[in-house]
Amino acid sequence: MSLLQVSNLIKTFGGLMAVSDVSFAVEEGSIVGLIGPNGAGKTTVFNLITGNYRPDSGQVLFEDRELTSLPTHRIVSLGISRTFQTIRLFQNMSALENVLAGCHCRMGSGSLAAMFRTSAQRREEREALELAVAELEFVGLGAQPMQQAKNLSYGNQRLLEIARALATRPRFLILDEPAGGMNDQETQDLIRLIRAVRDRGITVLLIEHDMGLVMKVCEQLLVLENGALIAEGTPEIIKEDPRVIEAYLGTDEG
Amino acid sequence: MKNVRTPLYLAFGLAMAVMPQFLNMYWVDVLNNVGLYAILALSLNLILGHAGLFHMGHAAFYAVGAYTTAVLNTTYHIPILWLLPVSGVLAALFAVVVARPIIHLRGDYLLIVTIGIVEIVRIALINNVFGLTGGANGIFGISRPELFGLKIRRPHEFYYYIWMFAAVTVYLFHRLENSRFGRALNYIKEDEVAAQGSGINTAHYKLIAFVIGAFWAGMAGNIFASKMTIISPESFSFWESVILFTIVILGGSGSIRGVILGSFLIIGLPELFRGFASARMLVFGAAMMAMMVFRTEGILPPLPRVYPLDKLIKGGRA
Repeated sequence: MSLLQVSNLIKTFGGLMAVSDVSFAVEEGSIVGLIGPNGAGKTTVFNLITGNYRPDSGQVLFEDRELTSLPTHRIVSLGISRTFQTIRLFQNMSALENVLAGCHCRMGSGSLAAMFRTSAQRREEREALELAVAELEFVGLGAQPMQQAKNLSYGNQRLLEIARALATRPRFLILDEPAGGMNDQETQDLIRLIRAVRDRGITVLLIEHDMGLVMKVCEQLLVLENGALIAEGTPEIIKEDPRVIEAYLGTDEG
Repeated sequence: MKNVRTPLYLAFGLAMAVMPQFLNMYWVDVLNNVGLYAILALSLNLILGHAGLFHMGHAAFYAVGAYTTAVLNTTYHIPILWLLPVSGVLAALFAVVVARPIIHLRGDYLLIVTIGIVEIVRIALINNVFGLTGGANGIFGISRPELFGLKIRRPHEFYYYIWMFAAVTVYLFHRLENSRFGRALNYIKEDEVAAQGSGINTAHYKLIAFVIGAFWAGMAGNIFASKMTIISPESFSFWESVILFTIVILGGSGSIRGVILGSFLIIGLPELFRGFASARMLVFGAAMMAMMVFRTEGILPPLPRVYPLDKLIKGGRA
């Protein structure tokens, strides 16, 4: 059984077929890359998995559970979390509070518990704080927990999004262009981080345009073009695939 | 920083406690109004300040609470203080009914619908809905609250009643702010999509913000009804909602101290400048414009939350 099974996914926007009949599976414990030219529908596929969009037809199964009718926050609590292509942090809040947002779905105390500060509520807050600090340290942002998100460098904002996603204690992590805006050194660190995430037992699916990173870190690649899956395989196979080369570089006649 | 503020808050508390000894009845009553609006604005602050929902119909919840108290007290002679939670619950139920269908609306759309709600409530009251509300004349003969055999009647007595209630409100809402619940509201205000993507049920939290805000506004309505002993629809007009909205935005969205300062400025100041009462709107407008230019977050914006990080990070400077 695959961890994630996507079958015959279709999504249209008006007359545009953004995702046409895409099927693939992601095995537990793997690092899978979803690549393709701009506008190929990669982010749309992510949005369909995480419940931001509803597919016109098709299925997304996570551990044999149908996701397509669930709201986003339920999907997160089932164990799928994500980062965004355009950074979506809580800009005016501290790095720590951004990560605490991820802890939210694993906590239970409500408004009454907060008003009367029950012992269970205080314990839960303390545990969340410990987890948030640990995740900040894991991505390498442990030194500046009270820094406002908007004051972090672009690369660090990407890391903070990953820390927030990890704080939801996911089994499956979706990264949308994690290296976007990073320099070479930061990208190398990111590669190590993605491997460290996988070593924690978290399956990773990522979109990335930095082919150096993709070829290094991904064990399996999926190639989308014009909303359709055109190739699938290890990086070595994909590199030689004529359809992929054509999609990226065009043909001689083109 | 914290060490400077704590004595300031204590001094303010102390000054408020002895204030009535030095003021005549008129000025105590002004402060009573300030306190009542502070309670209302604090409850609106949860919805508008923390969750960022442009809600301009808060007077509707206030009205439901006041009329619940008035009707049940004058018809069934139920003691006022017993009706305090009852008024809160009814206002909260009303909030669930009206907020649920509109909870997904954003910004200006929500603003327009909430204005509609407060107008519908006011017109329903004028038209003597269910034959209970007494029409345009309202309801009179509401009794006074009685606490441990002591009847609260004079402005000085109401002063302590209202401001004690405000103090408890501040205490509870401060805790609410510094919790999972308070943070969730802030995440929604900052970026709703990211909040959902982080696993927060945004619709649920927005509704709960409305419910708690309405519960408190309903209780404030109870206090108002027993303070006035007569209530009529004109006390719950759209203008009341605008004043509350202004207090929160002017004082500082999401900031308890800002909202209290805002109540003093918006309710108290016009009393100081009674001669210019007709120019009040002009001053309001000018103040709002100056703020939008110079202090977009309000006069006293919220402080960052403090977390006990010292124990967690070695050499941490939290």
